[in-house]
Amino acid sequence: MSRHVVIRAGKASFLMNKKSIWILTGLTLLTVALIIVSLGIGQLAISPVNVVQAVFGAGTDMENLVVRSFRMPRILLAVFAGAGLAMSGAILQGIIRNPLASPDIIGITAGASFTTVAFLALFSDRSNTLTVSIHWMPLASFIGAVAMGFLVYFLSWKRGGIAPVRLVLIGVGLSAAMQAMTTMMMVLGPIFTASRANVWITGSVNGTNWTEVLTVIPWIFGLTAILFFYARRLNVQELGEDLAVNAGALVQKDRFVLLFLSSALAGGAVAFAGGIGFVGLMAPHIARQLVGSSFGALIPVSALIGGMIVLVADLIARTAFAPLEIPAGVFTAAIGAPYFIYLLYRSRNK
Amino acid sequence: MIQTTPLRIGGLAAGLLLMLLLVWASIVFGLTDITTRMVVDSVYRFDSSNEHIIIRDARIPRALIAAAVGASLAVAGAIMQGLTKNPLASPSIFGINAGASFFVVLGISFFGTASLNAFTWLAFTGAALAAVIVYTCGSMGRDGLTPVKLTLAGAAIAALFSSMTQGILTLDERALDQVLFWLAGSVQGRELELLIAVLPYLLGGLVFALFMGKQMNVLQMGEDLATGLGQKTILVKLTGAAVVVLLAGSSVAIAGPIGFIGIIIPHIARWLVGIDYRWVIPYSALLGAMLLLAADISARYIIMPAEVPVGVMTAAIGAPFFVWIARRGISE
Repeated sequence: MSRHVVIRAGKASFLMNKKSIWILTGLTLLTVALIIVSLGIGQLAISPVNVVQAVFGAGTDMENLVVRSFRMPRILLAVFAGAGLAMSGAILQGIIRNPLASPDIIGITAGASFTTVAFLALFSDRSNTLTVSIHWMPLASFIGAVAMGFLVYFLSWKRGGIAPVRLVLIGVGLSAAMQAMTTMMMVLGPIFTASRANVWITGSVNGTNWTEVLTVIPWIFGLTAILFFYARRLNVQELGEDLAVNAGALVQKDRFVLLFLSSALAGGAVAFAGGIGFVGLMAPHIARQLVGSSFGALIPVSALIGGMIVLVADLIARTAFAPLEIPAGVFTAAIGAPYFIYLLYRSRNK
Repeated sequence: MIQTTPLRIGGLAAGLLLMLLLVWASIVFGLTDITTRMVVDSVYRFDSSNEHIIIRDARIPRALIAAAVGASLAVAGAIMQGLTKNPLASPSIFGINAGASFFVVLGISFFGTASLNAFTWLAFTGAALAAVIVYTCGSMGRDGLTPVKLTLAGAAIAALFSSMTQGILTLDERALDQVLFWLAGSVQGRELELLIAVLPYLLGGLVFALFMGKQMNVLQMGEDLATGLGQKTILVKLTGAAVVVLLAGSSVAIAGPIGFIGIIIPHIARWLVGIDYRWVIPYSALLGAMLLLAADISARYIIMPAEVPVGVMTAAIGAPFFVWIARRGISE
């Protein structure tokens, strides 16, 4: 019996290790379990059984309200934002072939932060209320993410190609510039905008409502579906420029599409949850430890792990210092930066 | 470009003149009209008029601070680029400014620090800590210290520090109000005492840097050759790092994190006088002071009567430059 299963649907085809399928199933169950536990934790503690009842509207009125209206949206948003950032990071690490790449390091998140804060600053009036609907905010952050992705891409274009190292360096530089612009917007806007923008930049899913969740879900699912058509091309990208060209891949064109997908996923995630840092870096690495580097399995596993990371970070953020809320992004950065250092350290022993 | 010693000395003198001219411009130009005569009067015949108060309490400190901070950041960048052989090295990209800012915000928010001395030492601690972490991380791995790894480690550490800074600020809105403009990097509204408090460290750093030129030149030939020529490379690197921490730390303590000066200026200085660090360092100091003075003057006019933080101005000038350097190529 073969160790692999071939999954094929039209042009989307990839190998999946049988072990990976078990891991994927296990992680899915673990995510669901975490969601249920997390739904029960908070000022009003609810047992897992009651949580499940409340999800289907069969609990007490109070439980129904807390679970369905307050906790469910933010927890789902945490999971989907984490998944989006993780997939975005997995793609970037594939095309840049550098284990240290992620949407925050190459400036995609910084671009989205700038446009979003600019949106908050420009469309607030003196009494600190927005003059346009808040529903436009995700569009602003999406434009920022994608524009930044392409700006970095085009600026690193030289002699008919993109060198991954150049892309990373230019991303780092532009990201620093974007942070300066973001701070300027905060300085120029009213203090209320500044503090709100500050929470958003650091990344928080506090105060999420269903509209936001229902906007982000199709977004992430749609992009993921497209991504699966590109999984095998991503595998080819990882071979490196020369080998990939020899294998017949349209390297530059694929890189372009993949970068777009990566920016769009990060933009969708950042739109509502803000710049939750280091998830796009950590999740793909953990996933690679579990299922190896074939993207057919790596992408869904990264997504699940990314979702769990943000879910747990948010759980800590809202309970550790209750009633104070701390942005979840502070916790992901606190775990992520040491992890990044560990990655640098490990590269010594290879 | 400027190759002979007399020309180089002449260039320094011209630069000094130009810098003094910019200091004058920085005092005279702005929202309030001020004439040179008033400036002289305010020093010798102070009469408590509005203009005189503005000159003494706002314009003069501001001009001096801009010159001092610009010079220190540029020299810090020149030394970092020399030590790491990385054309993109600078206090802002390598997270040193972010580390210093984090410690200062921590001090303000949790310990209610207000003393200038504490401010300075917090900034030094943060700068030193970030420098050590980034350098250690950048030199991990089989292939040792590579420019790319160093840059990435710097970016990650900068991200960590700024995320923690933001974390503190979300909990403490009062502190946010207080430090927001400082965090953007600005030389406006700083008191002269702040400059005087850090001046010993700042001047110490600059003097050390000026005397390091010869050692830096030897180090540029490569570590092995430098050791072969009898240089204690470790000592040179440690001194260099200490100078960077002093210069970057004091700059952040006064003006907040101002980016990109440390990248741009050393490149311009090398373009002017070649790779001889005995000249690159003084030229960097002068050019850095000039750039920050000029950026600060133009920051007053863009959205008058409000002001753009000067850190934003330097980022706007610096980012295209950064992209240009990165495109031109960086050895892996």
